[in-house]
Amino acid sequence: MTIRVQKDGFNPWRELEAYQETHAVDWAGQYGATAMFIGSLRDFNQGHAVSGMTLEHYPGMTERHLEKISAEAHARWELLDTLIIHRYGPLFPGEPIVLVAAWSAHRDAAFAACRYLIDELKTRAPFWKQETTPDGLRWVEESKS
Amino acid sequence: MSRITVRYFASLREQHGRDEEQVDAAGIRCVADVWSRVCVAPFPANTLIAINQEYASLASAVRAGDEVAFFPPVTGG
Repeated sequence: MTIRVQKDGFNPWRELEAYQETHAVDWAGQYGATAMFIGSLRDFNQGHAVSGMTLEHYPGMTERHLEKISAEAHARWELLDTLIIHRYGPLFPGEPIVLVAAWSAHRDAAFAACRYLIDELKTRAPFWKQETTPDGLRWVEESKS
Repeated sequence: MSRITVRYFASLREQHGRDEEQVDAAGIRCVADVWSRVCVAPFPANTLIAINQEYASLASAVRAGDEVAFFPPVTGG
């Protein structure tokens, strides 16, 4: 169970490869399923152009709640491991914002846990998006999807 | 003097013109008391509350030394 909240950009594919090499090697042969979700910044939102974004967060509370959400997923499904990496600070369109991954013996648990992690993160982890649009800065309203 | 730390994030931080302030804990029993100490306007709908980094409500008890945070609905991911 790993949580990282960071200002630096990251390449989710390289992160997964590195995580597989350093962690998944311990349970090689035990997992048959890896499910992952990557969220990236679009250059459009709710009908307007977006040229950049700043992600504000509540340091400490963010990590605490990502850990709590991960622990809930581990309690609900039989998982070998989970990984969450989330950015904060300035971002540009095309850049990954979040990576969520879950490893399990069978695919149902991995899919369900991955979905749970990103859905709960979106409603409980204290992050706030402020977009840069042609009309200026705009706080993103909460979204149901 | 025992104090309570009040923090604001995102649009709440902008509306208050500051990200943090200290208030005297005397006379404060719950989050609603904290809000009325820092702001004359009624508590805005949809605003979220945390006490010591755990979600709370207007009726939640607040003690000296606590950190109370106010912020809009979260939009990460």
